[in-house]
Amino acid sequence: MTAAGSPAFSAAARPSRGGRRLPLSWLGIIPFAIYIGCFLLLPTAIIVAGSFANPAGGIDLSNFTSINQPFIIQSFTSSFLISAISALVGAVSGALLAYAVVTGNPNGMLRRSVTSAAGVLAQFGGVTLAFAFIATLGTIGFVTVFLKNIGIDIFANGVWLYELSGLTLIYLYFQIPLMVLVFTPALDGVRPQWREATESLGGNTWHYWRYVAGPLLAPSFLGCTLLLFANSFSAYATAAALITQGGVIVPLEIQHVLVSEVGRSQPGLAKALALAMIVVVAIVMTLYSLLQRRTSRWLR
Amino acid sequence: MSSRRRTKLQIFRVVVFLIAAVFFITPLIAMFEFSTRGNSETAPRTLQPWAAIFTTPDLVTAITVSLELAAITSIVMLVLLMPTMVWVRLRLPGLGRIVEFICLLPLTVPAIALVVGLRPVYVWININVTDSILALAFAYVILVLPYAYRSLDAGLGALDLKTLSEAARSLGAGWLTVMMRVIVPNMSTAILNACLLSVALVLGEYTLANLLNFENLQVAIAYAGLAGDASTSVALAVASLVFAFVLLMAISFLGRRRRPSLAAAGTDPQYLTAGQRT
Repeated sequence: MTAAGSPAFSAAARPSRGGRRLPLSWLGIIPFAIYIGCFLLLPTAIIVAGSFANPAGGIDLSNFTSINQPFIIQSFTSSFLISAISALVGAVSGALLAYAVVTGNPNGMLRRSVTSAAGVLAQFGGVTLAFAFIATLGTIGFVTVFLKNIGIDIFANGVWLYELSGLTLIYLYFQIPLMVLVFTPALDGVRPQWREATESLGGNTWHYWRYVAGPLLAPSFLGCTLLLFANSFSAYATAAALITQGGVIVPLEIQHVLVSEVGRSQPGLAKALALAMIVVVAIVMTLYSLLQRRTSRWLR
Repeated sequence: MSSRRRTKLQIFRVVVFLIAAVFFITPLIAMFEFSTRGNSETAPRTLQPWAAIFTTPDLVTAITVSLELAAITSIVMLVLLMPTMVWVRLRLPGLGRIVEFICLLPLTVPAIALVVGLRPVYVWININVTDSILALAFAYVILVLPYAYRSLDAGLGALDLKTLSEAARSLGAGWLTVMMRVIVPNMSTAILNACLLSVALVLGEYTLANLLNFENLQVAIAYAGLAGDASTSVALAVASLVFAFVLLMAISFLGRRRRPSLAAAGTDPQYLTAGQRT
């Protein structure tokens, strides 16, 4: 099956040689380790090392101090803003949609097709997604033209599709389906008996959501929101296809630094930006998995 | 449940589904509508942009290259991951957690950040090994790693690997035979799953190709759009999208029919967080 794997397999297949447990079985993972080393760990090491190196060859924090420029700070603020808004709006709308799904027939056609569609749409992004929205809401887009014909000009105050608000709207197109996917299992874990118990104790719908379902679902909801945040924080292709100039958000800033003169005079800047992104995403994802662990204590 | 509450719930569900349907279906319709527009506002509907996909050499090259990349990525992924995962389960169970951690690591390294570190690596590869675009497949294997790992892990978890391999070995089979004739046929659904996910991901990949200066399908679509060939590029975008939809739908139905535990591989959210945005 594998030219790289089989010699190691046969070499390690006789552990009895000499009666000692030579760690020959370790040879079996060497191809994998080398591959990961070259294409995952080495690039990461280059980013980390490069972001602490200065052009003179020394080690200092100059790359991080140069992040402290108004336009880069601006792009970080925009990135946080767009990720937070699209995560919050996506989480709330996705949760509503997921609730509408789980209250239906668990084996019904509707549930199956919504889940499948969500799986597909959560994948959807990049150039194609940007084009879809340009075709919909661009200046000569389907909906724009249709609304104009009935007298509504959605761009009366300027074309907002190619700005942050447009990008936030577009991100919702993959954020909502992702929320449906990750939040449905939590909603499925809520048992009807809990509601009946609330009612038999004299509670109404408000009490049920405020004191029973709400607190139980809160960690999962919060965790899913964090996942959505990381998801849009690291998204690049959609924004790159939509916004052709300027580093409006951090990924575009990295692209700008990489392909322009700035990158040549300051090779560490792109790496420092990349490291900052990795740190943010890693923190958010760690919090996400902690919250997921807490959720699984109750909702299984 | 009281009937009043049930009515309220039904109204809520209908409203939510209607709004969602409008939001999610309109852009797809609009894109198709856009791709069949003529040159002017009054021109009749035309499928000419669709036909132009196959008469534009750049686009044909990009489609071919992306399909080749998808195939190479899937093969390298399987050749790298399958023996390693089997080996770790059989001989180095202590390393299981570490391998899992490493395989899921790309989820926390955004592609746009990874590409910064990959650029020097690819400069070296372009000078010393090859400057072919197909070298991108090596980096794509890293991108598909978490999804492929989850899918294969689910497949391996459903097998009694130790018994199967010991039985085969005691009958005189070599490790290659064990892999190809015992393990692989027993988890064909999981393998197909991993491959389909990889293909979908590679066909939608833009970040690495664009910033490592290679022209794959998505980069070509973006260029064609900028070059003023908007209808054709949107037509190709629709085509690639439909193809990806078919692949992903196949995954979710495939898993559901054969083995319920594997359905998760297609619909489990964590498999699906990277996608075409990477």
